Amino acid sequence: MRRPSKSALAGLAVLIALPFIIRFSLGGSERYYLHLLIQIFIWAFIYTGWSIMGRFGLTSFGHGAFTGIGAYGCVLLWNYLGLTPWVGIPLSVVVAVVVALLVGYPCFHLRITGHYFALLTLALTEFVRLCIVGLRDYTGGSLGTQPRRYGDGLSIYAIQFETDRVVSFYIALALWLTGLAIWIWVDSSMDRYALEAASQDEEAAASVGIDVTREKLKVTAISAAMCAFGGAIYGQYQMYIGPDTIAGLSVSLNIVFAVIAGGLWVMLGPTVGAVFTQVLSEALRVTIQSTAGLQSAFGSSVLALDTLIYGLLLVLFIIYMPKGILGTLLERRQKKSVSSRIAPVSAA
Amino acid sequence: MPLLDVRALSKRFGALRAVNEVSFGVEEGEILGLIGPNGSGKSTTFNCIAGLYTPSDGSIMFEGAEIAGLTANRVCHRGIGRTFQIPRPFRNLTLLENVALSAFFGQDRSATRQACWAQAEESLALVGLPTDGRITLDGLGAAALKKLELARALATQPRLLLADESLNGLDHREMEQAADMLGRIRREKGIAIIWVEHIMGVLMRVVDRVVVLDHGEVIFAGTPKAAQENARVIEVYLGTETDA
Repeated sequence: MRRPSKSALAGLAVLIALPFIIRFSLGGSERYYLHLLIQIFIWAFIYTGWSIMGRFGLTSFGHGAFTGIGAYGCVLLWNYLGLTPWVGIPLSVVVAVVVALLVGYPCFHLRITGHYFALLTLALTEFVRLCIVGLRDYTGGSLGTQPRRYGDGLSIYAIQFETDRVVSFYIALALWLTGLAIWIWVDSSMDRYALEAASQDEEAAASVGIDVTREKLKVTAISAAMCAFGGAIYGQYQMYIGPDTIAGLSVSLNIVFAVIAGGLWVMLGPTVGAVFTQVLSEALRVTIQSTAGLQSAFGSSVLALDTLIYGLLLVLFIIYMPKGILGTLLERRQKKSVSSRIAPVSAA
Repeated sequence: MPLLDVRALSKRFGALRAVNEVSFGVEEGEILGLIGPNGSGKSTTFNCIAGLYTPSDGSIMFEGAEIAGLTANRVCHRGIGRTFQIPRPFRNLTLLENVALSAFFGQDRSATRQACWAQAEESLALVGLPTDGRITLDGLGAAALKKLELARALATQPRLLLADESLNGLDHREMEQAADMLGRIRREKGIAIIWVEHIMGVLMRVVDRVVVLDHGEVIFAGTPKAAQENARVIEVYLGTETDA
């Protein structure tokens, strides 16, 4: 495994000190800014989980199902069976992985790729969302539900920490770092080469001994587990889960958009995507809600304006910046360094 | 017992019988030429052995075990490496990564990562390609890509190599070099080779025996010299004086 660089350690030190920096510099709005950072870290973990398989050409619109299974599984087991999330979260993650493998195996075995794979996974998301809405007596239907609060809302046993934003921040930071560690682990494994090869030519990959189906299932299981885990932590932090916020197509689309915007093939790309989408959505929300002209022109439809802008941006990113923000920046830097190396030679 | 024993192999695609009861064997360390005109069934036979197609009937015994119907990766694990007629390199990986990947996944018992990188360097050196880990595939010509195919197959440590039209797209000098290379691989590594080819001249110089296919059936099996003198082979494949 790669040793962290000095700049990475310095960045980590800044992140660890961030709650205190915010407290001293933005005291009045501390809770708001910490909330924004927590959201960024949790979503960055989920996005990283998606891109662990997405980077190998496995474009899934099914990850809204896995975040939903993680969040709902944990909350329902706690609310109805009193099962601590220490058990509920692993159980939900296992269920998500089993679902991922059940859908993944026939897809990979029958070589369903590209658009068809995307459509199939999209159907999975919708299936899970319909189940959540259909089981409204337990799940709260489209209105969503809440985990039963335990004591004062700060509990290790119930994994509830929403009341303390600093604790929440460090949990979210640890989650994000775990996501990056998993990325590095996958990236430095031989499986990464196998998946790179299979993403380009499955027959040629099989002819050099790669069990393509098995490799794809492995990375799908890791990806689904991460998203389910991220969904469960999201539910525990927000203390509310709904089919539109943590399960379903809108979540799947947000994941894909954020990763494409940030950069699919670089480790911090999904994180940049999380920063971009969270800041964008907050900026749009504040701007739109505080602009009287927009409200009088569009009425209550103004609330959907941010989704419209999201969609437009996704189209623009795919056309003009397919490598995402970070991917494009890194590519430009690489080109610059190559041209600066070549320049003296040509001058000579 | 031959290393590879193909018995009454048939492959049908709907009503089309691409290969019909084909039988032949390959001995250890032998180079067998599998030739025939276009549409004769040589590629189908090849792909049945390599695990890309499941045979409709017949058996393929390798080292005494049935391999007919095994998937391509399992066939590779049993000790059969293959190249493709049109090179299919993994362009998103470097030259060395392409081959190291084969060394790692291509063997039944997984070797250590370090051993695989060493094997990859050895395979690249054997075919005459550079072993520098930074070299990408950008700008590699047809001959170099053919060599990469070969290096990738060799890195899986095969006991039988299936070489699919290794001379296709090469100039005369490169063809001679490729043929010499296959001969050297057999000599140095003791690997048996099935060489599917439609370019006869160079092939006949290197192979021990040839099997000639026509319309999915074996019409001749014997030495290259005997093939060149066989009336049926001349008629269907080499052409007659009147054809010329």
